[in-house]
Amino acid sequence: MTVLEIRDLSVDYGQGDDAVHAVSSVDLTLERGEVLGLAGESGSGKSTLAHAMTRLLPPPGVITSGEVLYHGRRSSSDGPVDVLGLTPKELRAFRWSEVSVVFQGAMNSLNPVSTVEQQLGDVFRAHRRDMTAARRTERSRELLDLVGISADRLSAYPHQLSGGTRQRVMIAMALALEPEIVVMDEPTTALDVVVQRQILEKMMRLREQLGFAVVFITHDISLLVEFSDRIAIVYAGRVVEQAPAREIYRAAAHPYSRGLLNSFPALHGERRPLTGIPGSPPDLRHVPSGCPFHPRCPSAFDPCDQDTPALVPLGEHRSAACWLHTTSPRRRSGVGAT
Amino acid sequence: MTFLLRRAAFYLVTAWAAITINFVLPRMLPGDPVQTMITRFQGRLSADAIASLHVLFGLDAGESLPTQYWKYWENLFRGDLGLSFTFFPTTVTDVVAQSLPWTLSLMGVTTVISFVLGTLIGVYAGWRRGSWLDGLLPVTTFFSAIPYFWLGLIAIAVFAVNLRAFPAAGGYAPGVVPGFTAEFVGSALYHAVLPGVTIVVSSVAGWVLGMRNMMVTVSSEDYVVAAHAKGLPERRVMLRYAARNAVLPSVSGFALSLGFIVGGTLLVEMVFSYPGIGFVLFQAVNAKDYPLMQGIFLIITLAVLVANLLADVVYLLLDPRTRKVS
Repeated sequence: MTVLEIRDLSVDYGQGDDAVHAVSSVDLTLERGEVLGLAGESGSGKSTLAHAMTRLLPPPGVITSGEVLYHGRRSSSDGPVDVLGLTPKELRAFRWSEVSVVFQGAMNSLNPVSTVEQQLGDVFRAHRRDMTAARRTERSRELLDLVGISADRLSAYPHQLSGGTRQRVMIAMALALEPEIVVMDEPTTALDVVVQRQILEKMMRLREQLGFAVVFITHDISLLVEFSDRIAIVYAGRVVEQAPAREIYRAAAHPYSRGLLNSFPALHGERRPLTGIPGSPPDLRHVPSGCPFHPRCPSAFDPCDQDTPALVPLGEHRSAACWLHTTSPRRRSGVGAT
Repeated sequence: MTFLLRRAAFYLVTAWAAITINFVLPRMLPGDPVQTMITRFQGRLSADAIASLHVLFGLDAGESLPTQYWKYWENLFRGDLGLSFTFFPTTVTDVVAQSLPWTLSLMGVTTVISFVLGTLIGVYAGWRRGSWLDGLLPVTTFFSAIPYFWLGLIAIAVFAVNLRAFPAAGGYAPGVVPGFTAEFVGSALYHAVLPGVTIVVSSVAGWVLGMRNMMVTVSSEDYVVAAHAKGLPERRVMLRYAARNAVLPSVSGFALSLGFIVGGTLLVEMVFSYPGIGFVLFQAVNAKDYPLMQGIFLIITLAVLVANLLADVVYLLLDPRTRKVS
């Protein structure tokens, strides 16, 4: 069952000729209760994608096209809701109760001048108007307990908590209204590997318990392989490959995915040489013609610098945008070119 | 609590140093204040009065500097700051007690108005950057760039002389008896409008600019984005999450500016001949009235210290990060 559908979503920063196309016609679906990993280098547009689908884009970010369809339990009777079309009031009600976010800078996502209790309480005050103060405190205690923090931390200010604890508080807050989807935007980049692992494992146990879906964004593909069900690889604002995590790990179809995988040591499994990817991500104001990855691609050939490959299915569950796996444009001219 | 005690100790030491300097400075000046006074009264002072003046200033020959210093402290604790020359034979304490309320009420109220107004404009301008409110910035900055005495004189020329809408000088209409009567309060308010408005107009820009810039900075902080994501009402995000953090630097600036109310009022009161402490200081300087100057400097110093202490306490209340974990 699909819970979120992103259709043809494009995001620009700025307008006119100077606009940076941070996300270009992305299609993604998120199934109920699954973990969808979004991977890519810094500046590939994965965070922009997450901000766009929650309508949190900071100016000058503009959504230029597309739909974000939400199939919620609560809205199933009247069909899906287009998140991009919500009025400000509907949007406020939608946020956090349907989709919550654990941010990239989660270390700084807590208001430094308010206690944990006040910030958790804010969520209930905004969304559960009829909740009494006593009930709010009780629920806040439950939430902290859920993420393994003792309830006496409710009266603490953020600066009194360690980075890992702050992140747990953010996760507790994200689960406060039992949303259908939790977007985790590089949630553990600021933490050391031990805490990182504890928190992700906690998160995955909670997911089994509560049944929410996760969009997990990170540049650390080894984490994704371990923790997600499906992975979408993002390059220059496009999805270049989508497949179940195991299949990407076993045999990535896109040369960029292979490059990413070879940039990290595997935590489990056999040793393999780390190669990395030569070059650097493209300047999004001047994306190379054809496949944007072709200047860095070890397997680039004829059509790559002229025609942009479309994301086409390669099997039941996977798809890739690469001429290696698509019929040559010379035989079926024009297909796939955007 | 230990933090507060430590701060209090620091302020006591600073106050001691300031008061001591206040004692030493006039004694390092060339000439003799009593001589100045004798000249001023052209021999109309009796020999007794001259002798007592010498005693009063600690200038009588027999006393050593440490003894003078000790007496100075004694007098200080009795609230005895000596006699003023200009308003002879009124005591300095009385002169200060008469003029200080004028300054405190005019400058105090306008400083608060300017801070509140400027901060509110700054909050909205920073929150909705790019809106028409940004157009207000150059205007307010222009007014704060104009030298204050010129702005004051223009205001007098336009509103007092040409339009005759407001009085040009003084703290209340002549003939009104000071006291808590409707007539006196009304007259005092009426006289305070022109100086008050010019003070607000010339000082509001600082608060607007500071607050707006902090709001812009804070608006992109993760906790503000997170507050949006939480679906909180926009007002709450703006006030509780953004403004609450952005106001911190302004608050300490405000507490410090309270300290300069007493000292910074000179120009205003000169331009509007306002019966406050700045105007008295101006007269004291003209008349080489050392005891009065000394007394006013003491008040200014203490005001700055109290404001600093206030800034510390307020910051402690507003920013939990400055509180020590007990």
